[in-house]
Amino acid sequence: MTDQHARGLFLRSMPSPFLVTAALILLGLVIENSTNAYTQDVVLWIFTNIILAASLNLVSGFTGQFSLGHAGFMAVGAYLSAWCSFRPEFQALPDLLRFTLLPAIGGLGAAIAGYIVGLPSLRLRGDYLAIVTLGFGEIIRVTLLNTEAVGGARGLNRIPATEGWLEMGLSPYLAQFSIASFWTVVTITTLWRIVHSQKGRIFLSVREDEIAAEAMGVNVTQAKVRAFVISAFFAGVGGSLFAHSVKYLSPATFSFTKSVDIIIMIVLGGMGSFTGSVIAAIFITLVPEFVLRPLQEITKVDLRMVIYSLILILFMIMRPTGLLGTREWSDFAWVKKLMRAISQLLKRGSDGDSSSSTSPSGASR
Amino acid sequence: MSDEILLEAKKVGMEFGGLKAVDAFDLQLRRGELVGLIGPNGAGKTTCFNCLTGVYKPTSGEVIIRGVNTRGLKTHEVSRLGMTRTFQNIRLFKELSVLDNVIIAGLQHARQSVLDDVLRHPRHYVEEARTRERALELLRIFNLEGKADLPSSSLPYGEQRRLEIVRALATEPRVILLDEPAAGMNDKETEDLMHLIAQIRRDFRLTVLLIEHDMRLVMGICERIIVLDHGCIIAQGTPAQIKCDPAVIAAYLGVDEKTTEAT
Repeated sequence: MTDQHARGLFLRSMPSPFLVTAALILLGLVIENSTNAYTQDVVLWIFTNIILAASLNLVSGFTGQFSLGHAGFMAVGAYLSAWCSFRPEFQALPDLLRFTLLPAIGGLGAAIAGYIVGLPSLRLRGDYLAIVTLGFGEIIRVTLLNTEAVGGARGLNRIPATEGWLEMGLSPYLAQFSIASFWTVVTITTLWRIVHSQKGRIFLSVREDEIAAEAMGVNVTQAKVRAFVISAFFAGVGGSLFAHSVKYLSPATFSFTKSVDIIIMIVLGGMGSFTGSVIAAIFITLVPEFVLRPLQEITKVDLRMVIYSLILILFMIMRPTGLLGTREWSDFAWVKKLMRAISQLLKRGSDGDSSSSTSPSGASR
Repeated sequence: MSDEILLEAKKVGMEFGGLKAVDAFDLQLRRGELVGLIGPNGAGKTTCFNCLTGVYKPTSGEVIIRGVNTRGLKTHEVSRLGMTRTFQNIRLFKELSVLDNVIIAGLQHARQSVLDDVLRHPRHYVEEARTRERALELLRIFNLEGKADLPSSSLPYGEQRRLEIVRALATEPRVILLDEPAAGMNDKETEDLMHLIAQIRRDFRLTVLLIEHDMRLVMGICERIIVLDHGCIIAQGTPAQIKCDPAVIAAYLGVDEKTTEAT
């Protein structure tokens, strides 16, 4: 491959994440003007859940390390970000910039935690690793419970959120929506590009056969730690978005159940499929709110958890590999055909900016 | 053939609990040699391989690869010294494509960073194309190019064995250890394998250490044979010498005192 050709591919890969973000923001505009405040909040949770599910999928689905502590990383990100947003030092930054950067701070804190948890995972496999990560999640929760600086059991109240930029016509909700979609696109694009690179195949080789991978010169230890750190970073990002959209944090939120919720998303969507994680995250956020809750109001009985569990059990019987298994949206024949048609159309139209034919971030749709 | 010693084992011992699986194993592998390691089932051959490649940490003795003592090195570091292996029970990355199997083995020579991958930096494209081209080249040499995109588990048995060798070659080794490459193969396939081993040795200037049960294969291509029984070397020499060695005949080919070997 010539350098020029490579540069061409590089330039072509650039615009698609921005285009997807822009499209999502337009969608946010529509949602803001056509739905009530409750629905708007639920939509924000979708972004958080997509980020959490996709990041856990890197560790569990692609690298094959079963982790039960994802809520712990999320908690680190959420609390760190919320705590920082109260600090006067951060008030110096302009509002929008502050709330765009806070998820990165939450993510960095969680990444450090991920490194610490990643270390014992070098020696442990399967069930044992699951127990260690479970223990980690509980340690985080209990620590938060007993730390007065972050409210202890009372939790953190009235967490600030972005105020938007009213002079520019950017409402607080739309600003929040934009920040969330920005970070979702960053998450999916980064994870997708890592896994869909040759070096990303290293994670898969660890999942497939550790001993063979080592014999082929793969540094298995390093691969696992990397997977944990990257995954924890984005879990922290998700936690931060959660903190500023719900505006209230309590240690009870980040219990073992929260970790299981995220695991259900990746199992349902397919271990090893980001597309599946995205779809499952949307599904699992929406169904309890818009199907099960109205149902409860009609029947006057709380059947939510029963129906929820039934759906899961049926799913596991009928599709044990999850919705998509390890396939991605781009692996389906009709998508490939469609993409080929679009790229031909674009080529005929103009030889210039054909953009999203190889767009990885399209998976966030 | 030079006198340079690429792989040396000095009194390597491996104990599991009280069981001595390998005892005082000595080996000197010179550049370009093809040495066979034989012995009855349970003699400790694969344990030897695992000690040499760092999968097991030998309980005594040392292994020196190209002048580097491997004590304390991890398996992947041993592999990066230029010695790699295949497995007795095939260990391909089953759900990954044939091409990906070979690409992963070649990645230790790739130069892009994770950041290059995430930003889709031009370097990412250049390096990926280079690694991919090299992997395809290897597959072409071994007639697997047409199956590059299939999952490796879908290959027929003989081709899976061949792919394991190709994958090992992708790490660009100087020494390759083959653990029963002919296991489960019919006569025709074994014949092909003999040519294949001769070919990779010649074309890739490899030094080969071979574990094998198939006597025809071992006697046919090895210059030197080491016989292991109950973890100890009981004989070594040319195929002709080994064939007549009474200790080998007793232990390996089996005479009236045939014992019940643990398999």
